[in-house]
Amino acid sequence: MTAPPVPAAHPPAKPVKRHHWIVRLTHWMTFVLLAGMIMSGLQIYGAYARFGERGGPYYVNAFENTAFPTWSRLGGWLAGGLNWHFTLMWPLIAGGFLYLSYLAVSGEWRSLLFRPRDIRGAIEMQKYYLRLRKEHPPQGKHNPLQKLAYTFIILLGVLSVLTGFAIYKPTQLSWLTALFGGFQAARYWHFWAVWIFTAFLIVHVILVFVVDPASLRAMISGWYRGRFPSHD
Amino acid sequence: MIDRRAFVQLAAGAGTASLAAACGWDGGNAVRPLLLDVSRFNDWIGEKILFSQSRLAPEYSTAERTAQLPSYFISPELPMLQDPKAWRLQVSGLVRTPLTLSLADLQTMPRTTYTVKHHCVEGWSAIATWHGVPVSAVAERCGMLPQARYVRFDSFDSGYSNGWDLASAMHPQTILAYGMNDNPLSPTHGAPLRLYSPTKLGYKMTKYLVSLTFTAERPGGYWEDQGYPWFGGV
Repeated sequence: MTAPPVPAAHPPAKPVKRHHWIVRLTHWMTFVLLAGMIMSGLQIYGAYARFGERGGPYYVNAFENTAFPTWSRLGGWLAGGLNWHFTLMWPLIAGGFLYLSYLAVSGEWRSLLFRPRDIRGAIEMQKYYLRLRKEHPPQGKHNPLQKLAYTFIILLGVLSVLTGFAIYKPTQLSWLTALFGGFQAARYWHFWAVWIFTAFLIVHVILVFVVDPASLRAMISGWYRGRFPSHD
Repeated sequence: MIDRRAFVQLAAGAGTASLAAACGWDGGNAVRPLLLDVSRFNDWIGEKILFSQSRLAPEYSTAERTAQLPSYFISPELPMLQDPKAWRLQVSGLVRTPLTLSLADLQTMPRTTYTVKHHCVEGWSAIATWHGVPVSAVAERCGMLPQARYVRFDSFDSGYSNGWDLASAMHPQTILAYGMNDNPLSPTHGAPLRLYSPTKLGYKMTKYLVSLTFTAERPGGYWEDQGYPWFGGV
């Protein structure tokens, strides 16, 4: 007689090593530094709260002439905001490089980056979420939709850094600024990134608590004791 | 290896820091000096790595000029000369021949005209045409000494001044502008003479010029001394 297979939804809580310390360190670093970047960025934004050359026309912007509340800003005044922004950018970029280097060297990019071969799995996963499919599709460390989300957020990080430099040195790096459609357009995308990051953060945190609270522990200690086994 | 407790402490500490920061914190006496040190490091990156004396700012056509270019000065009222005819630019410091130049003198010197984008530290930008004499031509005429490493620009706008690194000042697009958009410079934009360069933020371009001094020591500046980046390059 063989033992019945253990249902995937209720595996024994056998801890598995989930996240390397570099991943955990850079994850929390990014959280704190990005918060500082966004807050100092909102301070800087207040000095010219619209997008477009002087005299217009201006880009469509729900926050035109908005002064963000004091609690959401860092720096106190423009120079303070700039000095915070141009300080925090270095550890943020360094953390990003460290993380991406880790992904490349460890080979972990294979289980994280979304590739064309993940499209089919992403559709199956979406079916499962829409209750068109009963059982949870088998997955590796991350399911294809997670891969899509994490790949997107890495690209958004790269875009934020590039648009940031395009605004920081629009003359010396004029080729980069031109790539984004000019100085005011680069400012516009840089600002948009804030809201996409914010939306990602909200959804990310909700999903952690609703779907897989054990993943929070895993991102702190490295060990995962949750209900989603990896099929790697 | 960082254990979980350390991580929780780290996160809690960061949380407290961001709460403290949340009230428009400029870093206070503890962190502000550190931020200013990094700002000096960024100046170094801007000056030694990103800036190039041979890289020119893109030029635009006169049709692309923007409708507005705001005017800033620090005096309570628009700075105006009592007697514009008596105005002279003093060129001194580490030079062989100190000069006293009238506007007519400057206008007989090599003339540069360009239509470029102006970048303000606040985040706005505008396109205008500027006419003037390259600072390098003035340096040549006064016989700048090899010890000169910086240039200090002073104004009659309540003591507003700026300090520049020599390489930026000698950039071919750094000019002493006496004209804007095909007209003589107006008092709102720094008449009779202002510093202009598309490689710098607006606050680095001293208006209402009275003197230009070549120095070996790094001069401060009105906004720079209050915490704005000293190099101010774009």
